[in-house]
Amino acid sequence: MAIVTNKSQRWRVLAAHVFLVCLCALVIFPFLLTISISLRPGNFATGRLIPAEISFEHWRFALGLPTVGPDGTKVYPDLPVLRWLWNSIRVALVSACIGLLLSTTAAYAFARMRFAGKKAALTGLMLMQMFPSVLALVAIHSIFTRIGNAFPVFGMDSLWSLVLAYSGGIALHVWTIKGFYETIPAEIEEAATVDGATPWQAFWRVLLPMALPILMVVFLLAFIGAIIEYPVASILLHSQKNLTLAVGANSFLYPQKYMWGDFAAAAILSGLPITIVFMLAQKGLIAGLTSGGTKG
Amino acid sequence: MTIPPAIRRNLGRAFLALLVVAALFLVTVIYATGEVLLAGTFLVIIALAAWLYLSQKTYAYRYLFPGIAAAIIFVVFPVIYTIFISFSNYSSRNLLEFPRATQYLLDQTYPGESNTFGFSLFPDGGKFRARLEDSEGGAVFFTPAFAMPGEAPVAVTAVPEAAAGFTPGDPVELGDIIANEENLKKLAITMPNGARLGMTGLSEFAALKRLYTPRPDGSLLNNQDGTVIKPNVRTGFYETPSGEKVLPGFQVKIGLDNYVRIFTDPKYREPFTRIFIWTVVFAGLSVLFSFSLGLVLAVLLNWEALRFRSVYRLLLFLPYAVPGFISILVFKGLFNNNMGEINLILDAVFGIRPPWFSDPFLAKVMLLIVNTWLGFPYMMVVSMGLIKAIPMDLYEASAVAGAGPLTNFFKITLPLIKRPMLPLLISSFAFNFNNFVLVMLLTGGRPDFLDTTIQAGTTDILISYVYRNAFVDSGQQFGLGAAISTVIFLLVAGITLVQIRYTKIADDEKR
Repeated sequence: MAIVTNKSQRWRVLAAHVFLVCLCALVIFPFLLTISISLRPGNFATGRLIPAEISFEHWRFALGLPTVGPDGTKVYPDLPVLRWLWNSIRVALVSACIGLLLSTTAAYAFARMRFAGKKAALTGLMLMQMFPSVLALVAIHSIFTRIGNAFPVFGMDSLWSLVLAYSGGIALHVWTIKGFYETIPAEIEEAATVDGATPWQAFWRVLLPMALPILMVVFLLAFIGAIIEYPVASILLHSQKNLTLAVGANSFLYPQKYMWGDFAAAAILSGLPITIVFMLAQKGLIAGLTSGGTKG
Repeated sequence: MTIPPAIRRNLGRAFLALLVVAALFLVTVIYATGEVLLAGTFLVIIALAAWLYLSQKTYAYRYLFPGIAAAIIFVVFPVIYTIFISFSNYSSRNLLEFPRATQYLLDQTYPGESNTFGFSLFPDGGKFRARLEDSEGGAVFFTPAFAMPGEAPVAVTAVPEAAAGFTPGDPVELGDIIANEENLKKLAITMPNGARLGMTGLSEFAALKRLYTPRPDGSLLNNQDGTVIKPNVRTGFYETPSGEKVLPGFQVKIGLDNYVRIFTDPKYREPFTRIFIWTVVFAGLSVLFSFSLGLVLAVLLNWEALRFRSVYRLLLFLPYAVPGFISILVFKGLFNNNMGEINLILDAVFGIRPPWFSDPFLAKVMLLIVNTWLGFPYMMVVSMGLIKAIPMDLYEASAVAGAGPLTNFFKITLPLIKRPMLPLLISSFAFNFNNFVLVMLLTGGRPDFLDTTIQAGTTDILISYVYRNAFVDSGQQFGLGAAISTVIFLLVAGITLVQIRYTKIADDEKR
């Protein structure tokens, strides 16, 4: 840079460093504390940041291992943390697969075909994505009660209902995938069609393999979206064994039963893998979107 | 694999026909359970699917159908259904539809005046037999063995002692009968003479009579006291001549009543207005704080004289990478009045322990602190991208002119990123307007207002207020909740329209 550095510049750099270091400390503080709390004995904030005494009781709790109670008997944890995590992962995997399946073909039609109502449908999808499902909770509750009257599998307190509810939210995925398809030259499929491929074969054998990177990204996004969803899961699921992690984690911190240490261990145990997936997807999304680009 | 195309085409059709038949069977099953609306919806979808996949003209729609149908069923339909519910009195008191509420009343029974039977229960294998002794004649009857009724009522026919061929052992203890009282009440015993008995006391069964007899004009005659109750389609209840409501009520259309209640009934209007104002303030301040912090950081991190920028950037991005429900709950613990680390530190340094969760003002401050913490990384990343796009020579020119960093920020940076930033800020506002997860997990809307008759919290935003009315607090006012949801729909739609306009303006600028 051609700008002359003077004395005030040095002070300003120093001030900026102090400010940023303080802010970073504030940002990291909750994470460090959570680790510390999970290693402290007891559920009270009696320790220092670096615990004087390390105890794995909370980790045993989170992993579902028994602890030895005061009277020498084995005490099993009363909250099934691992089961909640497993529920979350199952629901997220299945609904992400269905969502991806539904959006790839729809995006193909939007990207390559001409049909009446295309523009309106695209605008409609855009609008849908702007209304959060939390606004329709009452209706979702009522709809699944009704479906449950006919098919108990898809009724209240069933993970399948949750899968169904999550699979419908494909609006954003369609837009993202459509943007990527449009970056692939249509001539490639046209060549395949000239060679005698049906539109379906051109799509399935030619276009889809080339779109794999964006499909991975959309899958991860749908997966994460389902893992962290709270409102719909909280009204559809009731019994403890059926909860997802987002709903279950809420039951640690009640004034009557304040399981701070247990929560901390469970949060790290389940948050870490999710966070890693989350960060990977963020990276992939930025890469995928910059190469794909969501064009209107 | 080579299959002749003719067979292949027909194979597809046969498969489709099979699917349609299976689907039609499902519709019949749904219809049989009484869910007429659901059956109708299914039928329409099947018909549409069959037409789309058979007609040659609708090729593109074959690809669209599964996705669009799912989106319409699970996104659009709930929205429409919400509006539909908002015009009804659907609530925990008016949960059932009219035919079901009527059936519920017709199933009610009361003990008649005929003689009672002493009741005792005997184990028989893994099952049970009931012994009934006529309190007047002394005749004894036994039922066949039955499993304890659980979800469904059990109907058995009793036989005289001589015909039962059962030697009773020790009867079941009274304590166990008390423990199973709810289940035993579902037990219906038919006597050899055809009378139906039901439980009327812990050791007593008596003939039960139907409480209501339907009459041709749709009213019900109460057999016990001779009154006639009539369904009132305005209030959604069967009512006695004196106007007393008989529970359970049924769902009826009540027009705009829910909306009228929100906007004019002081009981509802008072909290609604306050919550609305707080929602706007909360969303506005959240956007303001996280944007200001994010922008300042973006400017700093673009400053080339500063070292370790990538380290700072990585650390500051962390709050965005961790799933919200985990970090919000971590903060819920950290802010805890007595055991939270934040008060521990404040106590050690300043000797204060602010009651974050019980003081309305502090609770709001806490919500904003946490939301800023959660929201600034996004603003930072977006602003950094936009600042990168500003030509460097503008700053060089201003440096030559002797301008300081503040002048640079307000005269160059801010005006240039304002336009592209505006739609993002508006959508962030719309997001925070419905930031249900934050409010629900951190404060749950509490502390509650002390001066309102219905439960509403000082930190409730509109959507958490709906949630509490519809799902948490007693009453389960689905209709009212749906009406408030509809009002929020309209508000968010308005915000969205504004956003689309600004996006268009931004697009036009680019061209």
